[in-house]
Amino acid sequence: MTTGAILMMIVTMAIVTAFAVYFFIKVLRTPPKSDSYIQSNQQRKE
Amino acid sequence: MSTNTERWGTRVGLVLAMAGNAVGLGNFLRFPVQAINNGGGAFIIPYLVSFLVMGIPLLWIEWAMGRFGGMRGHHSAPFMLDTMARQRLWKYFGVFGIWTNLAVAAYYCYIESWTMSYVMHSIGRTFDGMSQTEVANFFLNYVDITTTTTGIPFEAPVFYILCLLLNTWILSRGLSGGVEKTAKIGMPLLILFGVFLAIRGLTLGTSGASASHPDASAWAGLNFLWSPQFDSLANPKVWLAAAGQIFFTLSVGMGTIHCYAAYVKAKDDVALNAMSAGWMNEFVEVVLGSSIVIPIAAGYLGLDWVKENAGFGMAFQTMPFLFENWGPVLAAIAGVFWFGLLFFAGITSSLAMGTPWMGFLQDEFNWGREKSAWSFGALVLVMGLPTVFFYNYGVFSEYDYWAGTVSLVVFALAESIVFSWIFGIDKGWREITSGADMTVPIPYKFIIKYITPLFLLFVFIGSVFSPMGGDWAGAWNSLLAGNGWILDNGSLIKMVLNTGLREQIAATTDPAQLEHLQTSLTLVSASRALLTAVFVGVCLMVYTAARRRPRGKESGT
Repeated sequence: MTTGAILMMIVTMAIVTAFAVYFFIKVLRTPPKSDSYIQSNQQRKE
Repeated sequence: MSTNTERWGTRVGLVLAMAGNAVGLGNFLRFPVQAINNGGGAFIIPYLVSFLVMGIPLLWIEWAMGRFGGMRGHHSAPFMLDTMARQRLWKYFGVFGIWTNLAVAAYYCYIESWTMSYVMHSIGRTFDGMSQTEVANFFLNYVDITTTTTGIPFEAPVFYILCLLLNTWILSRGLSGGVEKTAKIGMPLLILFGVFLAIRGLTLGTSGASASHPDASAWAGLNFLWSPQFDSLANPKVWLAAAGQIFFTLSVGMGTIHCYAAYVKAKDDVALNAMSAGWMNEFVEVVLGSSIVIPIAAGYLGLDWVKENAGFGMAFQTMPFLFENWGPVLAAIAGVFWFGLLFFAGITSSLAMGTPWMGFLQDEFNWGREKSAWSFGALVLVMGLPTVFFYNYGVFSEYDYWAGTVSLVVFALAESIVFSWIFGIDKGWREITSGADMTVPIPYKFIIKYITPLFLLFVFIGSVFSPMGGDWAGAWNSLLAGNGWILDNGSLIKMVLNTGLREQIAATTDPAQLEHLQTSLTLVSASRALLTAVFVGVCLMVYTAARRRPRGKESGT
């Protein structure tokens, strides 16, 4: 592989992976605000 | 009054289901082929630009529209558009948000059924000892329903019906009990299988070279895929291909995102959810999708073979043969992982296609969940059987073109205009940012209002007037020289006229071939009539539902 291709691949994959992981972790760490979700409603009742 | 009391079980479940809706067969089969055919590494630049200025805005628009509609008791596109735009006509644009799903599910479930069957064949070691030609012919025999390769009579229709039954049963279990559970199992497995195969693809190197393919190298495949060819950035064909790929990959312009988001409550976030699901899809497509088919095929068959044969068929006609190079046990595991991955990618998308129809029936005709689900299965079966029985006559491709390509752009263009210009960007922006768990960058207000509709218009016009061979510069020169604009047979205008097929008929001298092409023309026209009839039927249902509504609730209130 040429240096340009390796750089293009690594940079693109790193950016896409970083955004995907960042946003998913943010979803996991942010509690829902209302009783939209069955599970959060059950937890609230308990 | 709607009988729809569905809700999502968890927020993660919603995001996984939404990501599963987006992640489909195209992530692994279409993206690498598009990249190969459109400038390799340079393709990624217009692709990512399209994602930023068209994909993300459309995701936010559709999530916001979905939640807005859901709060008013609407779980399908027609009456969502109706509540946002006061003109009665718009709800009929919303019909695309139901019809597209019915038509796409009809042929999509057929591909999904192939993956089910190929998982079984991988476990049963069917491809053991087969040559490349034999593996390719196995697929051709499989889709030719008059022959059987396994002893199961009518294997293709049998698996198609099994696949549809599975989809319908899961849908009948409801949103949290069926769709969400499937996504929670399917998405992690899909990523696990994908990572395993991607590692194999990225580490194959030149170890797959053989006497028949001495130059085979996975590195050469990756090099071609990722080498920047910046001159191709000036070619509109590359931009159209990149924008088209964003449509396919994100499942925007279908009505499925609206439906899933309709079950989110008013105070809950849509902005972060949309970003998470969207970027998860990009991870699967860009990172995993580019690391499997192309490097593995180039690693065993060489780059030249990949350039000549890159296409959808590689998944079924080539990959099982390539896995055989890994020894019997690993070949079986790789086969199960590859077709299992495609199956999960497929089913999480096909389930999403069932929900707008179900939501529509539940909202407007008070149908129960199970009845709605089985009606979806029955309708898709009727629409899908022609694609199964006449696959070799172009019916499948006809469905794919009108429902899976044109319809997406038309609906996305309509919804972006409604959202930004009729509902109004200020109210629309409030819908996107209301309850947001992230800061939505303010430039997106401008992008959503101006750039996204213009970009969509560019894609639509590009598909209507696509020039011969995608040579835009040549077409402009020809026009300016007074020689007219020569349309490609793949342009919308020529597709309507069936020009490509008619030219083939005119050029054919072989009687058998001529008969096949003439039958194709008849069947393609018949399938178009069927698709039109279903569209008109859904329009009539929307009209009936609108008439049944109390006065004053028909629009905008």
